[in-house]
Amino acid sequence: MISVYHYMILSAILFAIGSFGVLTRKNMIVIFMCIELMLNSVNLTFIALSRHLGNMDGQIFVFFVMTVAAAEAAVGLALIIAFYRNKESIEVDDFRLLKW
Amino acid sequence: MYSNLWLIPFFPLVGSIINGLFGKKIKNEKVIGGIATIAIFLSFLVSCQNFFRLLGDTEKVHQQILGSWMSIGILNVEWGFLLDPLSALMIMVVTGVGSLIHLYSIGYMHGETGFYRFFSYLNLFCFSMLMLVLGNNALVMFIGWEGVGLCSYLLIGYYFEKKSAGDAAKKAFVVNRIGDFGFLCGLFTLFWALGSKGVWTLNFVEISENAHLLQSGGLLVTVVTLCFFLGATGKSAQIPLYTWLPDAMEGPTPVSALIHAATMVTAGIYMIARMNILFAMSPTTMMVIAFVGAATALFAASIGFAQNDIKRVLAYSTVSQLGFMFMAMGVGAFTAGIFHLMTHAFFKACLFLGSGSVIHGMHHAYHHAHLHDDPQDMRNMGGLRKFMPITWITYLLSCLAIAGMPFFAGFFSKDEILWWTFASTRGSYLVWIIGTIAACMTAFYMFRSLYMTFHGEQRTDVRAKDHIPESPWVITLPLIILAGLATIAGFIGIPHAIDVAHVGNGIASFLDPVFGQAQQLHNIGIPEDLAHNVGLEIGLMCMSVVIGLIGIGGAYYMYMKKQELPAKFTGAFPGLHKAVFNKWYIDELYDFLFVNPCKKIGTFLWKGFDVCVVDGVVNGIGWVVKGLASGLRYTQSGFLHNYAMIMVVGVVVIVGYYIFG
Repeated sequence: MISVYHYMILSAILFAIGSFGVLTRKNMIVIFMCIELMLNSVNLTFIALSRHLGNMDGQIFVFFVMTVAAAEAAVGLALIIAFYRNKESIEVDDFRLLKW
Repeated sequence: MYSNLWLIPFFPLVGSIINGLFGKKIKNEKVIGGIATIAIFLSFLVSCQNFFRLLGDTEKVHQQILGSWMSIGILNVEWGFLLDPLSALMIMVVTGVGSLIHLYSIGYMHGETGFYRFFSYLNLFCFSMLMLVLGNNALVMFIGWEGVGLCSYLLIGYYFEKKSAGDAAKKAFVVNRIGDFGFLCGLFTLFWALGSKGVWTLNFVEISENAHLLQSGGLLVTVVTLCFFLGATGKSAQIPLYTWLPDAMEGPTPVSALIHAATMVTAGIYMIARMNILFAMSPTTMMVIAFVGAATALFAASIGFAQNDIKRVLAYSTVSQLGFMFMAMGVGAFTAGIFHLMTHAFFKACLFLGSGSVIHGMHHAYHHAHLHDDPQDMRNMGGLRKFMPITWITYLLSCLAIAGMPFFAGFFSKDEILWWTFASTRGSYLVWIIGTIAACMTAFYMFRSLYMTFHGEQRTDVRAKDHIPESPWVITLPLIILAGLATIAGFIGIPHAIDVAHVGNGIASFLDPVFGQAQQLHNIGIPEDLAHNVGLEIGLMCMSVVIGLIGIGGAYYMYMKKQELPAKFTGAFPGLHKAVFNKWYIDELYDFLFVNPCKKIGTFLWKGFDVCVVDGVVNGIGWVVKGLASGLRYTQSGFLHNYAMIMVVGVVVIVGYYIFG
C-alpha cells in the first residue's frame, strides 16, 4: 500500500536532486530545469497532503504554482536567449559582471 | 473720526510693491517716479488732514485699532495706530520732506540703472518710518524700527557693484543691530517690570498711564531706559554707535537727505520722546543722555573741520546736530528736541539736496570733459555760485539756519535747547558750555563748506570749468521749498522772552499734552526765578548769535581772506590735523577692539569648530560606513552558485530553527 509518506519521501528526493542540480550545474538551461523539478516536487507534496487531509486548498495552490512556473519559463527562456545573443554562451560563470 | 490713519503707511507700501514687482517692465522713468511720488504725496495729504483735524480737536490722543496681531497668553498685540501731537508732527515731517525728496530723486537718479529699485526702496522706507511713528505699541514700532534699518541697508548699498558701498551698507546694518539689541532688551525688561505689577502691556498709552507703578529713580527704570537709549544711539548715530552714519554717504544723495538727515536718524529721538514719562523717571539716564549728546555734538563737529568730501561734512554735521537733540532730551527739553528735529529736517534735507545738486552738476561737467575727478571733493569746487544761483541761495539760507542766525529756523530751536541746558532743573552748565562751543564749530565748518563750494576762485579743472549747469526744476523746486521752510519754520516756536507780538510758543503748547504730564510730575522745567529772567535769556541768545558769527567770521577769514591759513595751520599741527582728518582713528580703534576679535572668533568657529568638529562628525560617520562596506562587499562575488548556496543554507537554517529550535 502506498501511503502519504511515500509521496513525501519521493517529493523530498526530487527536491534534493533539484537543489543539488541548481548548486552544481553550470548550464543555464539545466539549472532552469532543476528549478522546475523543485517546483514540481513541491506540487507533489501539495497534492498528496491535500488528498490525505481531504482539503482542496492544496490542489488549488498547485494551479497557481503551475501558472507561475509557466510564466517563469517564458521569461527565463527569453532571458537565456538574450544572454546567448550577447555572449555566445549560456554558462552562468560567464555572467559575473555584477560584483564588487 | 480718525479712521483713515492706516492709509498713511498704506500708500507708500502699495507704491513700493508696484515698483518692486512691475518696475522692471514699466521701464519709463516718469511713470515709475510718478507712482512713487504720488504714493507718498497722497500720504502727505492724509497726514495734513489728520494733523489739522487734531489741531482743532480738544481730545489729543487717538488710537485706531485695525485688528489683533497676536494674542499669546497674557501678551496681546494689536495692529494699531496712535495719533497724538507728537506722531502728528512726525508724519507731517516724514511725508512732507519725503514727498519733496521723491520729486527731487526723479531728476537726480535720471538714467541710473535700477531706477525702479531705488523708488521701490524709497517708498518702502517711508512705509517703515510711518509705521515707526504711528505704531500704538512697541512691537508695531519695532516693525518700523527694523524696516528703516533694512531700507537703509538696501539704499546705502544701492551701488552694490562698488565694494565701499557694500561695506558701508553692511556696517550700517550691523551697527544698527547692536542698537536694536538694546531696544529689545529694554522692551523685554519693561514688559516684565510692568507685568510683575499686574499690567501686561506694550501699548504706549497704557505704558504712560501705568509708568507710576515703577519706582521713580529706581534701578529698574534706569536699566530699562538705558537699554532704550542704547537702541537710540544705534539709530540716531550717537557715541558710541555713530560710525555707520558718515559711511552711509556711499548711498545716492537723496537717500542721505531723506534717511540719514531728515527721518530715520530721528527715530531714536522720537522713541525717547514717545517714552518721555519713563525717561523722566530716571535722572541718571537723563544725565547720561545729556552728556553723550553733548560729547557727540562736540566730537562730530571737530571731525567736520577737516573733511573735504562735501557729503561727509554734512554727515558729521548731522551727527553733531543729533547730539544737540539728545542734549535736549537729556535736560528734559523734549519740546525743544522735537522742535529741533523738525527744523533740522528742513535745513539738513535742503543742505543735502543742495550738495546733491552740486554733485550732479560737477558730475555732468566732468562727464562732458571726459575727466574722472571726484565730483564730491570740495577742493575741486569753488565759485560755483555763478553757475548754480538757486542752489547757492538755498544752501546759504540753510547754512544761516544751521548756524543759528537770528530769525532763521535753527535760531529758535537751537537757542531753546541751549537755554534749557543752562536753566532747566535737569540742566548742567558743563553741557551748556559744550553745546555752545559745538554751535560755534557748527557755524565754522558749515560756512567753510559754503565758501569752499560756492565762493572764491574756481578750482575745477579748466576743461570742465564752463560746463557746470544749474539743475532742472525737479531738483531746484524741492530746494526752494525746503530753504523757505528752513527760513520761516522757526516762527512756530517763538520763545516767551522775545515774543513781543504775543503769538505764543505754538509748538510748545501743541506738544504739551505729550510732555506736560511727565515734566510736571518729575519737576522738570525752568525754575520760576529763571523763567521770568527775560534779560538773562535774551543775553544768552545774543551770546549764541555772537558765537555763531565768530564761527562764520572765522570761516570767512580762513577760507576767503587768507586762504593760505588752513595750510599753515595744518603745517603747524600736523599730528592734530592727521588725527582729525582720520576721524580720530575711531574706526581703527573699533576694528582693533571689536571687529578683529569678532573676525578671529569667526575664523576659529569656521576652521576650528566647523571644519574639525561638525564636518568631522559627518565625515567620520561616512568613513565608518565606507570601511564596513569595503569588507562586506566581497560577499558580492558574481558567482551565481555562491548566491544560490547562501540561499539554500539560509533556508536550511531557518527551517532547522523552526523544527529543532
